[in-house]
Amino acid sequence: MGSLKIENVKKAFGPVEVLKGIDLQVNDGEFVVFVGPSGCGKSTLLRVIAGLEDSTSGRVLIDGADVSVTPPAKRGIAMVFQTYALYPHLTVKNNMALGLKQAGTPTAEIERRIKIASAMLSLEPYLERRPAELSGGQRQRVAIGRAVVREPKLFLFDEPLSNLDAALRVNTRLEIAQLHRRLKATMIYVTHDQVEAMTLADKIVVLNAGRIEQIGSPMELYNAPANEFVAGFIGSPKMNFIDGARLGETAKTVGVRPEHLTVDANSGAWKGTVVHAEHLGADTNVYLDCEKAGLITVRIFGVYNAEPGATLYVTPDAAKTYRFGADGKVLR
Amino acid sequence: MSTATRSLPRTIGAHAILITYTMIALFPVVLVVMNSFKSRAGIFGAPLTPPTPKTFDLIGYTTVFGQGDFVHYFQNSLVVTVLSLFFVLLFGAMAAFALSEYRFRGNTLMGLYLALGIMIPIRLGTVAILQLMVATGLVNTLAALILVYTAQGLPLAIFILSEFMKQVSDDLKNAGRIDGLSEYTIFFRLVLPLVRPAMATVAVFTMIPIWNDLWFPLILAPSEETKTVTLGAQLFLGQFVTNWNAILAALSLAILPVLILYVIFSRQLIRGITSGAVK
Repeated sequence: MGSLKIENVKKAFGPVEVLKGIDLQVNDGEFVVFVGPSGCGKSTLLRVIAGLEDSTSGRVLIDGADVSVTPPAKRGIAMVFQTYALYPHLTVKNNMALGLKQAGTPTAEIERRIKIASAMLSLEPYLERRPAELSGGQRQRVAIGRAVVREPKLFLFDEPLSNLDAALRVNTRLEIAQLHRRLKATMIYVTHDQVEAMTLADKIVVLNAGRIEQIGSPMELYNAPANEFVAGFIGSPKMNFIDGARLGETAKTVGVRPEHLTVDANSGAWKGTVVHAEHLGADTNVYLDCEKAGLITVRIFGVYNAEPGATLYVTPDAAKTYRFGADGKVLR
Repeated sequence: MSTATRSLPRTIGAHAILITYTMIALFPVVLVVMNSFKSRAGIFGAPLTPPTPKTFDLIGYTTVFGQGDFVHYFQNSLVVTVLSLFFVLLFGAMAAFALSEYRFRGNTLMGLYLALGIMIPIRLGTVAILQLMVATGLVNTLAALILVYTAQGLPLAIFILSEFMKQVSDDLKNAGRIDGLSEYTIFFRLVLPLVRPAMATVAVFTMIPIWNDLWFPLILAPSEETKTVTLGAQLFLGQFVTNWNAILAALSLAILPVLILYVIFSRQLIRGITSGAVK
């Protein structure tokens, strides 16, 4: 069991309002990712849920019970931190056991849970080592293990992959996804990386400047962004935004994703000059300076030879073109 | 250093400067220790030569130990220094933790107020302190000295330690909170071990002035029972005749305990157990 409800949570540090009224419902067993640029309040929101930070107003309910005044250790949560935050003076085993010991769990039960968790995360060979003797990836697995043994109602992840190198990040991401499938636990995950959000989440919460911009499944956000911010934040490379007036449109801004543009050497809607091409093997990103649309990115699947200076024509897919009003909201 | 970054003239120059400085710094100490092993005639005849078989004499040391109470003076000095140090480190670290960890109204003002003592010498308040000690009946007790030295050491301790405590990872403290550790456990078990090098620095800075102080023992605790080593050594300093052998021997002996404490703390300075706590 582990549902979470956040009702109109606000948080201010002095005169600075970091969270401006957040409402959110997380169902049991869901994997929810908070994503947004740095300073958008996503980590603060996570810390309010954990009880490490008091909200200025509003309520946090875990399994229907108001936990606004409950200390972190009694909320039935476990947290994995960006910097691992392992206790340097304790062995891996004791790092995992500490929280349970504090809660008065019987020793046999602690042993049993550590055994299951360390098997799950392949930590058995390291149980007697100290954190200083482990690599970054191993440390983060210990931190995850420390959360797993608590059998919490809610798992909270605070940018757990940011300190890992690229290859390890992909592996650990996979492990977290498998962990969620196996434990069927509710997980809340904070990241600024939209790729992590898209790959892990059942539900993504896009935050910007202390407000929720949109909540939805990864595909909902990709296919039907509510506004310009979400459209620009989800998807890589970023969506092209073109001034509506230049295209003779009534909308303020027209958006089209790089993958929804087709190129042709001879004819098309917009004529442009190749500025730069990135060859990634599986696809090619071409930067075009168009007469009508300005600088745009085009994503072409497969290998495509485009020399800088060459002239190309691009045509947007009309069905996948978004129009945004002056307030940034999508026009339907 | 690699051979590529080494140059002979520069190495010689650096060593020459360092060796000169070391000699200047050690000269008075060496002079004191050297002359403490010489006879009175030896000290005045050739103060700069090391003891020869002719001038070697342990008269200074036998006088000091013969006076009997010197062991007791040493004990007083040690008790005062160690206890003051303990309280300075304990309260200083606690205050520094509160200032760096908790957001409360007046936090900055409180920090400034606590650091003010660095700029105002405590000796300016000697008369008031003496009156206070008389009123509370603490004159001629070691407690009076310990209280004054604790107050004297706290400002610098808080100032240095709060800077270091700010650098301790928030994630680590929060992990402790989520695991249900009390704020005291977080402070003693997680934070203190991580700021150990800073604690050792503060300990060295605090310890030496206390051990060497003559002012407060002379004013607050001059009785035979509570004399410290520095005050005890004054015994041999007469208006007309000064027993140099005994004074030099007493001072040489007084170096030893601080030296031992210093060695203990400097090991802590070098050792760091922070690796592995955070990235």
